[in-house]
Amino acid sequence: MNPFQIKEAPVVYDVAIVGSGAGGGMAAYMLAKAGAKVVLLEAGGYFDPADPKYITQLKWPYESPRRGANTTRPFGDFDAAWGGWQIDGEPYSAKTGTEFHWFRSRMLGGRTNHWGRISLRFGPDDFRRGSLTGVGDDWPITYEDVAPYYDRVDKLVGVFGSKEGIRNEPDGHFLPPPKPRLHELMIQKAAKGIGIPVIPSRLAILTKAINNERGQCFYCNQCGRGCQAYADFSASSVLCIPAIKTGNVTLINGAMCREVTTDPKTGLATGVSFVHTGTMQEHTVRAKTVMLGASACESARILLNSKSALHPNGLANSSGVVGKYLNDSTGASRGAFVPALMDRDRYNEDGVGGMHVFTPWWLDNKKLDFPRGYHIEYGGGMGMPGFGFGFGTENMNGKYPTANGTMKPAGGYGSGLKEDVRRFYGAYVHMAGRGEPVPLESNYCEIDPDKVDKYGIPTLRFNYKWSDYEVKQAKHMQDTFEEIFHAMGAIPMGNKPGPETNHGYGLEAPGKIIHEVGTVRMGKDPNKSALNAYQQAHDCKNLFVVDAAPFVSQGDKNVTLTILANSMRTSEFVIDQVKKKNI
Amino acid sequence: MKRRDTLKALGFSGITFGLAVGPAEAGVPLPPDKKVPLKVPGGRQPFEAERDVKLHADKFFTPQELKTVTLLSDIIIPADSKSGSATQAGVPAFIEFMMKDVPANQTPMRGGLAWLDNTCRKLYGKPFADCTRAQQINMVDQIAYPQKAKKDMSQGVAFFNMMRNFVVCGFYTSKIGIEDLGYKGNTPNQWEGVPEPVLKKFGLSYT
Repeated sequence: MNPFQIKEAPVVYDVAIVGSGAGGGMAAYMLAKAGAKVVLLEAGGYFDPADPKYITQLKWPYESPRRGANTTRPFGDFDAAWGGWQIDGEPYSAKTGTEFHWFRSRMLGGRTNHWGRISLRFGPDDFRRGSLTGVGDDWPITYEDVAPYYDRVDKLVGVFGSKEGIRNEPDGHFLPPPKPRLHELMIQKAAKGIGIPVIPSRLAILTKAINNERGQCFYCNQCGRGCQAYADFSASSVLCIPAIKTGNVTLINGAMCREVTTDPKTGLATGVSFVHTGTMQEHTVRAKTVMLGASACESARILLNSKSALHPNGLANSSGVVGKYLNDSTGASRGAFVPALMDRDRYNEDGVGGMHVFTPWWLDNKKLDFPRGYHIEYGGGMGMPGFGFGFGTENMNGKYPTANGTMKPAGGYGSGLKEDVRRFYGAYVHMAGRGEPVPLESNYCEIDPDKVDKYGIPTLRFNYKWSDYEVKQAKHMQDTFEEIFHAMGAIPMGNKPGPETNHGYGLEAPGKIIHEVGTVRMGKDPNKSALNAYQQAHDCKNLFVVDAAPFVSQGDKNVTLTILANSMRTSEFVIDQVKKKNI
Repeated sequence: MKRRDTLKALGFSGITFGLAVGPAEAGVPLPPDKKVPLKVPGGRQPFEAERDVKLHADKFFTPQELKTVTLLSDIIIPADSKSGSATQAGVPAFIEFMMKDVPANQTPMRGGLAWLDNTCRKLYGKPFADCTRAQQINMVDQIAYPQKAKKDMSQGVAFFNMMRNFVVCGFYTSKIGIEDLGYKGNTPNQWEGVPEPVLKKFGLSYT
């Protein structure tokens, strides 16, 4: 067999979809249900959270020789994500003095298999930050355009929450939220006393069954491992597998996309070429419409690599905007010790896989020195021990009295040390801010002129620096965390992060929060944007992007719910356009 | 309603998308996987399973080192009225594995054990494992309390902190350690909120 031959599949699909995460999975689901013949290309392997081959849920730490440490998976042995910030043979680079960390999950369902399930709607203001603040840009669509799709996504995936009537935190169709855990009640009471709201969180987890295909949450706290009952939303279990069951989807795993192929005369997309990761052979699939849901950076990379005589800057890039305005959520965090929680009564407080309460953005940026808000996520409680449990006990057990009131020297060993570990168990809380950055043209990814990955595909080079806006926002987060800690009688751990800590006040490096968006932005003006209001390429009418690449901004909301809503909206637009014979 | 009927009802069947192809005739046939892989345990990726098998086959600690690690493990976590000891929980094997899994651990561990033996030779004329129980405890007492230890014991303090971390972690992530701790979860249940007596104790309520 000639290893260099290009395999041409003999069929023309209605739609080729690249990527099976939230965006690609939703497109495959919508189009397959509508009767289209879909080829779904996924760079990674097959994954079904209910197949024992893949299940890590309900395993104990001692079932891992490293007790769940993160040696081969960034979030530990039991986390559902295959891949991470570094993948063998799939490098990327950054320009000197800048950095970006690119997390990729190579598997059916992509990163939705392990995500935090936080499902916050963008509010009306989140679509028009440019005109409201003079910083950044407006979306070409409004909340009213997306709201009907949010409604349908809520019902399809299942989201719990509470009706609060907060203007820029629109309520959805919510399942009942779980009651707060003990530390969450303490946080709620303390924060309320100093004017900071703490409301039930909004997560894509089924606290009640919504159909016969998916079970109800059984409160093991392990959504990050994927759910064998399909009681949380993953694109694999809720979108891709049902789409495949229609018989209309041809799934090709191990398909590493090289480029979108185009017709040299019309410039229209004709299909996708890819390298099979198992055989290293080149293939192409032909399709009448191409939809990219490969992730913000991967979709930009594919477009930039899809160069032709008619598309010399890459496909959908006559504006030159592809790759630019890359932005990730800001993130900063702090932990604290709660003396009142020493020697706790033991009971099962696993709850759902994530926080039961959170703080939505509650202040007016006009009165602050940074233009965008953040929300706060809370952690703590009597969780399952894993790798790292008990580390640093010597920093704690000399500071607080024992049960009978006596002090003892820090460190030590023996049965007294065992008593210390029992005493401190479940007595910690943790706060993490997740904020909206200002998207900048100067933060971008581009094709590295010198490098290719092991498949011979040119790789990305990043250029990303936080601005003062994000640093000031992180400072505000740290101040807020301390206020709440003090109000609840908690003692912050370590020194307060200052201007020199991490990227300033504990601000995480770009890419670390894994909410990157913006690289193939939509807009009304084809000179300043790559896609129109339906995520359709200005330059190529049968090409669509359905992941977070089209986002003009990301709010202080986690982006998955909006990827789902936008992909559903675009999929229906595609169906409509095919009906009208426009594409 | 059959799927075909559903599609008809929606008005998409056959009309909307012209050149439909059946999935059976379409697509790219995947070549058979020629490698005969080892049995991959549930929840592992093949490369992880291969790596774990290799790490388990390797040996890091010498018999003498393992003896010292085992002694220290049970000094740090002995059996008590509530639960068993570190060695009963398999802690030395966990530490052995972590040395191979994260090679950055190797020099501080191996060097720390050598520091310990050398210091014991100076003080008691024998390596740690050959010392009497009283000598071993006397040695440990000089490195187990970071704020009280003498300055010339600082490397020993750092080593003992590392050892304490691994032993406590290894024990409390084992079956008997988790029972000792009283962790009640990792089992299907219905969360109904914080138990009433606990709420009362903290003066909290859901209303």
